[in-house]
Amino acid sequence: MTITEASPVDNGVNVTALLGAREHMTEMPELAQFQWRADCKWVNGTHSRTTVNTFSGAGGEQSHRQPHSVETDHPELFASADNGMTPPELVLAGLAGCITAGVASVATNRGIQLRSVHATVEADMDLAGILGIDSDVRNGFNSIRVRYEIDTDATKEEIEAVVAQSQKRSAVFDIVTNPTAVLVEVV
Amino acid sequence: MRTTDVVVIGGGQAGLAMSHCLTGRSIDHVVLERGHTANSWRTERWDSLRLLTPNWLSRLPGWTYRGDDPDGYMTAADVAEHLDGYRTSFDAPVVGGTEVVEVAATSDGHRVTTNDGEWHARAVVIATGAASTPKIPKVAELLPNHIDQVTPIDYRNPTQLSDRDVLVVGASASGLQLADEIARSGRRVTLAVGDHVRLPRTYRGMDIHWWMNVIGQLDERYDEVDDINRARRLPSLQLIGTPERRTLDLNAVAEQGVDLVGRLVGVAADRAQFSGSLANYCASADLKEVRLLERIDEHARDTGLDDEIEAPTRPEPTRVGPPSLGLDLSSLGTVVWATGFRPRYPWLDPGLLDRKGSLVHDGGVLPVAGMYVLGVPFQRRRKSSFLDGVGDDAIELCDHLVDHLASSHGRRRTNHR
Repeated sequence: MTITEASPVDNGVNVTALLGAREHMTEMPELAQFQWRADCKWVNGTHSRTTVNTFSGAGGEQSHRQPHSVETDHPELFASADNGMTPPELVLAGLAGCITAGVASVATNRGIQLRSVHATVEADMDLAGILGIDSDVRNGFNSIRVRYEIDTDATKEEIEAVVAQSQKRSAVFDIVTNPTAVLVEVV
Repeated sequence: MRTTDVVVIGGGQAGLAMSHCLTGRSIDHVVLERGHTANSWRTERWDSLRLLTPNWLSRLPGWTYRGDDPDGYMTAADVAEHLDGYRTSFDAPVVGGTEVVEVAATSDGHRVTTNDGEWHARAVVIATGAASTPKIPKVAELLPNHIDQVTPIDYRNPTQLSDRDVLVVGASASGLQLADEIARSGRRVTLAVGDHVRLPRTYRGMDIHWWMNVIGQLDERYDEVDDINRARRLPSLQLIGTPERRTLDLNAVAEQGVDLVGRLVGVAADRAQFSGSLANYCASADLKEVRLLERIDEHARDTGLDDEIEAPTRPEPTRVGPPSLGLDLSSLGTVVWATGFRPRYPWLDPGLLDRKGSLVHDGGVLPVAGMYVLGVPFQRRRKSSFLDGVGDDAIELCDHLVDHLASSHGRRRTNHR
């Protein structure tokens, strides 16, 4: 990505392009309608491979620069081959990746130069839920904690505000904090 | 058909301020009011409501607070009386009991159709207020029938509610005040909290509005802020006007036993579902509050006030425990929708509205020549929708309107700022 002259800091985020897209989509709301797609194939056991390639948005069909794949599996503790992260861990990767991308974007927009950003994520789960031991226990995480260590010249308050704003605009933060209608069918 | 130069629609603070400016310019006009002056202050406010701004901060063109308690806060009846006094002071040409049915452009101006005949005018000022209809989220339709649903417009006091539990949705001034009052009545209250603006009632011994006034925040102009759309959407300030000048924030209502939860996002299987984002909303509001206090401290330092007033303090961060993500609806008797208001213009050409139903305008000037709106949030200044703030907008819009009358000679043209 290139940085325009207007941007006083370089975090590798093209804020001008983002603000331009925002302006475009404000004027033409139909351009903001996106559809994301994933294609999952069972490999063996608990091991699956999910590939993303095409999506739609900005008024047409789009695709990634190249297809991206991710392996999901269960750990050896559960007698699996551990060919990849567990699906819930993939959700944590999505959450941390999303908020961190937001931190870089918001910081750049506010003229804050970042030297390093490090997020650690902890999520608590009671397996009595997914194993069907106790129907009062939910399957998903009981709580998620994300802790950021950010090296920058900005004040602690400024960087806290960046992290707060990033959550406010994060897709995955919204996805994990709010319910979504999900339809699964067999064709 | 009656003819006048200007029809002002609405006889509240905005309509009267414009009427005062027009009177000063000797421009023929009428103020059409559906009820009496300050109708909504008489009929659509809860019993304990007081203004969020202190009495002295209710200046209108040619009118100021006349009572003996400049630092107190007006009740709704006091506001109605304040505005009635204003109307009488210059004998505003208010035509009461007149409901507008349609406003339409004609070849040489505008036709305003009412339940009591038609008016023809060369200019129209829409001054119907920012809070005509409660905004109620779609999820309301999913609530079971045994739950009563009320809005700040039909709520009066806790005695009208059933004794069962209450869910208050929205944590701006209305939501916080109603949650506090209902919890004090002995009912179990859950408060669903989204984006909010936290402020202390007083800071370093002075009213927070006194500070916002002196640091110039209330005067910030619409063409100077970074994102006017965001500024216009900002929820109302978490404040209450009480004789003891107490601070009402989430910590205060939690002390009354109110359970804090995140935004109401869904209803499924007889449970209300709340967002897990409560901690972030509270952290954001705490950060913004401290930023404002820092700005105030800086002003106090720069203007030499530091030694004359109390020392700076910082509020305790909002206490957020692990919030509940669901609420069993079976024990719930009432849901209070304190989710904001939207203006409603069923009598206007829908082409004048954006997709959310708000008027498209530039500082109050509509794209159709001779049409104006006055008294909407952040119209020209942060204080635009405040009792004390509409006056400056009225003066500027009146200038524009007078230019229009002088130059239009009845021709249709496009408004320019």
